[in-house]
Amino acid sequence: MGTFAVKAGLAQMLKGGVIMDVINAEQAKLAEDAGAVAVMALEAVPADIRRLGGVARMSDPRRIKEIRAAVSIPVMAKCRIGHFVEAQVLESLKVDYIDESEVLTVADAQHHIDKWAFSVPFVCGCRDLGEALRRISEGAAMIRTKGEAGTGNIIEAVRHIRTVNEEIAGLKGMGKKEIAQSAHDMRVPVSLVEKVAELGRLPVVNFAAGGIATPADAALCMQLGCDGVFVGSGIFKSSDPERRALSIVDAVAHYDEPGKIAAASEGLGKPMDSLDVNTLAPEQRLSKRGI
Amino acid sequence: MAGAERMKRIGVLSLQGGVEEHINALLSASAKCAIPAQIVEVRTQEDAEGLDGIILPGGESTAISRLMERENLFPSVLKIRKIFGTCAGAIMLARKVEGAVIGQRFLSLMDIAASRNAYGSQLSSFEARLTTVFGTINGVFIRAPKITPMGKDCQPMAFHGEEVVAAYQKKGDRHFLATSFHPELTTTKFHEFFLKL
Repeated sequence: MGTFAVKAGLAQMLKGGVIMDVINAEQAKLAEDAGAVAVMALEAVPADIRRLGGVARMSDPRRIKEIRAAVSIPVMAKCRIGHFVEAQVLESLKVDYIDESEVLTVADAQHHIDKWAFSVPFVCGCRDLGEALRRISEGAAMIRTKGEAGTGNIIEAVRHIRTVNEEIAGLKGMGKKEIAQSAHDMRVPVSLVEKVAELGRLPVVNFAAGGIATPADAALCMQLGCDGVFVGSGIFKSSDPERRALSIVDAVAHYDEPGKIAAASEGLGKPMDSLDVNTLAPEQRLSKRGI
Repeated sequence: MAGAERMKRIGVLSLQGGVEEHINALLSASAKCAIPAQIVEVRTQEDAEGLDGIILPGGESTAISRLMERENLFPSVLKIRKIFGTCAGAIMLARKVEGAVIGQRFLSLMDIAASRNAYGSQLSSFEARLTTVFGTINGVFIRAPKITPMGKDCQPMAFHGEEVVAAYQKKGDRHFLATSFHPELTTTKFHEFFLKL
């Protein structure tokens, strides 16, 4: 149990799917009925975490249990970066995946969690290839972009997807020495960089996250090469969560068919309130959290 | 493309789940047993036309079922001559499903009973050596269902200890193959068998 094949395997089965942030059983049920492949159990969605300020922590276990009781699909939950006791608690609650997330307040400024020490798999955020590979070498079995959560603005997620893609493309044609230098610069094992160069992609499933508000946003991330998407505030902060959830699921399944994305986008009502990322103060940028 | 018409057309339902893994396994299987196959990613009714067989991959059966319904794919998939379902795909094939979500639709073609998430959460997912009709293989079980053959013409194809983890049924000229684990991750034996049907 808890072998890497089993940890990475669940992420493989989530591909082509949408993982939705939910804060209660009712929302979780709505997500499942809309065709979400998993739910992320939270105390508050990122847009509210931003608004409320203060320290954002792991959810109340009772809330996670209620959500788990309501659905048959996998339940994920977030712990703070470096907070391995929150992760232990989540594992004891038998969540299906843990997101060591920058959306919550960082608990350890120097270390991320040693994810090899757990049987439950982890997903972690990244802005670039180095960050993705550091998390994988710590044991993450799934990667997602950080994007800029709670903004309804896709610009940072796109930046992170493109950065990872370009850095992977840059490994192509590199000699042994350059690969070793690159591994050194990224502070990861050479063998891991060699593997990425050989595969031409990350060695684990890679989802988009942070700022997806519309079916077209979700399809954009898919066309840029992501394996699936996380939608945080985008669904339950919109005027018609049920329709938006269905539409984003449809757009991800049919991401390269503009006609279907058009049909999915029609008459959806108001998207979530959005933010210009440029107006955020540095400390308001969640994507800067983590090392 | 003169030869292309005579090639077998095998679809992989590509709405959600471990699609690429099945395509790769099919490609290797096709090379290994020298059966040329055209592999079709199936997302719409048009994609499902004229297929000799289809694979229903692992994923979330709730999501796959709903997306199939949205595309009105049930009528076309129900007609396909041979169908191979892994994990969620096995649930889609099963005549009886335990733990289904209210309103969830299935193909209900094969005489097996499937129990969703029968082993428990992801913490109970596992890898194990399996005894199969093709020899011993490594099997990966991810939040797997349990499957039970119902009736004699449904043959066990693999065992984990005493438990049946793969089954095959021939119904007239139709063939159904179901595994509760993910052969596409570790072996091409089941794909070779499916291609030969």
